[in-house]
Amino acid sequence: MAKPKILVLDGFGLNCERETAIALSEMGADARVVHFYKLQTRREKLEEYAGMVIPGGWSFGDDIAGGKVLANRIKYRIWDQMKKFHEEEKPIVGICNGFQMLVKLGLLPNLSGRVEQEVTLTNNASGKFEDRWIALAPQKKSVCPYAKEVGWISAPVRHGEGRFIAKDEKTLERIEEMGLVAFRYACEGGKREENESVGYPLNPNGAQNDIAGVCDESGKVFGMMPHPECSIFEWQHPNKEKAHAQGSRKFYGNIVKEAAKF
Amino acid sequence: MVSRIEVALKDGLEDPAGASLKRRILEDLKINSVSSVRTASAYVIEAQLGEEELQKIAQEIFADAVTSGAFVNAPCIKEGFAFAVEVGFKPGVTDNVGGSAKEAIEDCLGEKLEGGVYTSRIYFLYGNVKKEEAERIAKEMLANGLIERWGISKDFEYANAIAQVPKVLPMQPVPVQNISLELDDEKLVSLSKKRLLALSLEEMERIREHFADGKVRVGREKEGLLAMPTDAELEMLAQTWSEHCKHKIFNAKIEYEENGKKENINSLFKTYIVATTKKAGKGKGWLLSVFSDNAGIVRFNEEWNLAIKVETHNTPSALDPYGGALTGILGVNRDVLGAGMGAKPIFNTDVLCFAPFEYAGMVPPKLMHPKRTLEGVRKGIERGGNASGIPTVNGAVVFEPRFLGKPLVYCGTCGIMPAKIKGKETHKKEAKKTDRIFMVGGRVGKDGIHGATFSSVGLDEDSPTSAVQLGDAIVQKKAADFLLAARDEGLYNAITDNGAGGLASSVGEMAQDTQGCIMHLERCPLKYPGLAPWEMLVSESQERMTVAVPKEKAGEFAALAALYEVEATDLGEFTNSGYFVAKYKEKTIAMLQMEFLHKGVPQMELQAKWEERWEEKQGKYEIPKLGEALVRLLARPNICSKEYIIRQYDHEVMGMSALKPLCGVERDGPSDAGVIAPVQESKEAIAISNGICPRYSDADAYWMAANAVDEAVRNLVATGVDVQTIAGLDNFCWCDPIYTKENADGKYRLAQLVRANKALYEVCTAYGVPLISGKDSMKNDYRNGSIAISIPPTLLFSAIGKIKDVEKIVSSDFKEGGDVVYVLGKTFDECGKSEYFLEYEVKGGKVPRVDAQANFKLYACLASAIKKGMVRSAHDCSDGGLGVALAECGIGGRLGVRVDLEKVPREGGLADDKILFSESSGRFVVSVRKKDCAKFENEMRGCAFGKVGEVKKDDAFEVKGVGEHGAIYTKVGVLLAAWQRTMKW
Repeated sequence: MAKPKILVLDGFGLNCERETAIALSEMGADARVVHFYKLQTRREKLEEYAGMVIPGGWSFGDDIAGGKVLANRIKYRIWDQMKKFHEEEKPIVGICNGFQMLVKLGLLPNLSGRVEQEVTLTNNASGKFEDRWIALAPQKKSVCPYAKEVGWISAPVRHGEGRFIAKDEKTLERIEEMGLVAFRYACEGGKREENESVGYPLNPNGAQNDIAGVCDESGKVFGMMPHPECSIFEWQHPNKEKAHAQGSRKFYGNIVKEAAKF
Repeated sequence: MVSRIEVALKDGLEDPAGASLKRRILEDLKINSVSSVRTASAYVIEAQLGEEELQKIAQEIFADAVTSGAFVNAPCIKEGFAFAVEVGFKPGVTDNVGGSAKEAIEDCLGEKLEGGVYTSRIYFLYGNVKKEEAERIAKEMLANGLIERWGISKDFEYANAIAQVPKVLPMQPVPVQNISLELDDEKLVSLSKKRLLALSLEEMERIREHFADGKVRVGREKEGLLAMPTDAELEMLAQTWSEHCKHKIFNAKIEYEENGKKENINSLFKTYIVATTKKAGKGKGWLLSVFSDNAGIVRFNEEWNLAIKVETHNTPSALDPYGGALTGILGVNRDVLGAGMGAKPIFNTDVLCFAPFEYAGMVPPKLMHPKRTLEGVRKGIERGGNASGIPTVNGAVVFEPRFLGKPLVYCGTCGIMPAKIKGKETHKKEAKKTDRIFMVGGRVGKDGIHGATFSSVGLDEDSPTSAVQLGDAIVQKKAADFLLAARDEGLYNAITDNGAGGLASSVGEMAQDTQGCIMHLERCPLKYPGLAPWEMLVSESQERMTVAVPKEKAGEFAALAALYEVEATDLGEFTNSGYFVAKYKEKTIAMLQMEFLHKGVPQMELQAKWEERWEEKQGKYEIPKLGEALVRLLARPNICSKEYIIRQYDHEVMGMSALKPLCGVERDGPSDAGVIAPVQESKEAIAISNGICPRYSDADAYWMAANAVDEAVRNLVATGVDVQTIAGLDNFCWCDPIYTKENADGKYRLAQLVRANKALYEVCTAYGVPLISGKDSMKNDYRNGSIAISIPPTLLFSAIGKIKDVEKIVSSDFKEGGDVVYVLGKTFDECGKSEYFLEYEVKGGKVPRVDAQANFKLYACLASAIKKGMVRSAHDCSDGGLGVALAECGIGGRLGVRVDLEKVPREGGLADDKILFSESSGRFVVSVRKKDCAKFENEMRGCAFGKVGEVKKDDAFEVKGVGEHGAIYTKVGVLLAAWQRTMKW
């Protein structure tokens, strides 16, 4: 089987392209780091890719709000390509800054189907940027294919604006009902009590319902704040004497598997 | 036309930034009247925009559907607050957010904006706040008057409280002036001072002599230049000859006197630094480029090279801690980007020295409270590293009262580059004749003019504010992305950064390859009009690189820059004329002989006299209860957990970090070094550590330096580095070592510098550690009227070393109950200037010596044991000695320990307190599986080591002493709480 070609976006201060591409290739993808200008000038054609990952970083310095200026740039410069890609239901995954961008652009959770912002990722309740290893529990109810059989994930968060808040109660309810929550912050081992927050610092930013990652109705558009691409090898983990990397590997493997369908 | 959009959180939403400000107002300023703070932002847009357009950008760009509303030409909050404080930048100060907002607006409207976008922050203070309190909050916490302006208002008219557009008004550029040097001595000196040239009388005379030379005159006449130097020439010489660029003190002739014996030293740099590398670097083919480039370059493996550099940014950080630290980080990143053919930064390491943050005394004029300095510097590093996507993997924070006069901000970066690109070795570069001179990145403004000369004089009340700059991490990131792409395409011959001295230095240095250049300054892209040509030459505006591009590739180079949305300007070409020529609108404004520019500076002649000032006789004291002493030591600022700072730095972006600054089961124990595996296909790793102990300078700068080297090396060994692979970087921060009437202690300080160099040579050569790069900052003094504060002489020794297999690295935390605990290395009666004696105010005592031979042997044995997988944890003993090291291992693993001090290898007659808290060098706490003990002990044969106890299965921390006071019975939880509480902010 040919390796699915997955595009990892780069430029304007995105900066996790290296490890994201490594994680994807490690799990069997033909991952290519592509600078934004190449899409804009059509030197690279998005339609030739089977998946797209917008990695973490500080696009435009997080000025105004994390992901906002990049979302705006995508909307006004390459939206035609993105729209087509999105309509074909190819995987679109945003990590950290990429997640912020997808939310600000309105691709997540996109309940209305109109690609308008419905939730946000705002300043951490602690008021601080934090680099902290956390645990993630995949949600059984989730329609997201990337969360399937993941077990649990041990990975760092590294953000100052990761607090998930929905526009209103109803929006949050619908996100929950439709199974759009793919990952929640949890205790070591991915354990958590249903309907009970794990609290700070396990939930590092004060996100509603401990939400760490959400998808759209198709499950294919997905974003999360933590960085599983940083726990692909055991040596990356602070506690090296325990095996921790399987969850992250499975997660990236799932993305590659979905991309392979195109 | 000017419009204003304000953005504020929606009602009822909590404001974490406001909440943490409220806390800091109470804790740091002791103002308790503020009941809450709300924050908002304002964007002033200078463009002809209709209401519809303004609403569109307000909603699409500035508002957030969930959290915040945007208000066009209307206040976001109208009433209810006591005071609104609005803080914006002064004209000409880099406005990062304004730049991004402008790009977003342009995307949204599909057209370029003519004017700028200027941002400000608004703080609404609620409660029964007095006007004076609001003013203090503005002045001492929210705004820095050097770069920011602020306004305070009681009502919604706050928007008028500061001028609307902080635009630099068009200035009439000062025409080029000629400056006569035919002056008497006194006037020459005052000219140097007035123009901030920082040149000595002798140097001024040398310049005068040069311009008076008949041949020089004739040459100048041909170019239409007067015999007198132009302002541009004088400024260029001053920058190029500055202490900052030419290291005049390190290259001086020194007469050193010790106990009546005199010794002549011709250049500390050659005698000790270069000599160290010659001796210790013998046979080490992996040293590729040392001392000659912006950074040292070493081979990592067959395919990859590493470039590393550590810089200081002290003076700017004293004036504007945030901007100073930020530009420090971005500056050292550019050093690496400009080393060889250009390396991609992969990690930062930062070491900071402040006065204690609980300082309660008077803060002298122009200085800041140390807590404010710390917060600003921390934030600058956070922005510089995080936003650039470069992990901060290791560092240290040192507190000492004299750093009130000048904080030290050491910024280090390591970068990686392919060993060869298109068949060419990347650690070499050479500009060629007819190559175009390109300036890439940011634009030129008045910021940072005189940075190089300014850092070469002490800080006093008249220090100029133009030396303060703000960096833009994203402009630089974009430039770096472009340059690395251009490098891989082979589009240039040489590259260097624009740091101290601006274009004058960067182009001037690169022009040495061809022996000449010609620049056309009117092509310089400016931030605003009105700069004099000399200002364009020496401005230190940030985010700029200078690149030598072959003529035939200039088009391709410029086109690629445009795609990356990076500004690249062709300023002229490299020649072999023998002259640095600068023109402005076709008129020659500077023409300096390359030879004179770079080699004309006269060698200084200085005197140094060593005197024993330290009283080794130890003061009387009563031995405290040891458990209580340990708790008190763990809470001391120099020892306590720095988690508050560390967590706010990204330490793992790029996914290369293997040993992070925080380790252990709860990821909060201290690590000895940072370990990075930078190449995907390889398990090889690089470790980085820092050694710094300014306290010991009061006894003898020799031992201060020796301990710094030993600490850095020891830290690397603890993680699994083989000593044979270690290279070092020396970074001296001193107080003025030049004797004058006003600086009566100059000879002693210079003697301290000589002794530190001797120690550096002795210890490095004993360990076989070559030096690959270094830096010095010699005027870290504050003077204002009767107040004089000088920092203690400080050497930062940074070390890198290689690890063969990243999966075999060792961290400091205890791993499992039942493991056997060893102490390696011998403990001596060395409590002088120790954290222990400082805590209990005991005078005197010996400071730690370094027995390099014994240590070297021990390090080799430990490295071998680690390589063979026998060691489960290893931690070095430094501040606070063995007691603190044991506590830290326990804290990391959340496991207790049982130790018998009788088993600790030591000199005879030591009481328990000294065994526990002496800071002798060359020691470790190590844990080993029971079954590996025999093998381990065999490995350590011939070294001082003691099997002192074992790791407990629970959290009981038990130390059995040799004397009557000798016992500690406590819990790891108690130690953890003490260690964490000091900086739990």
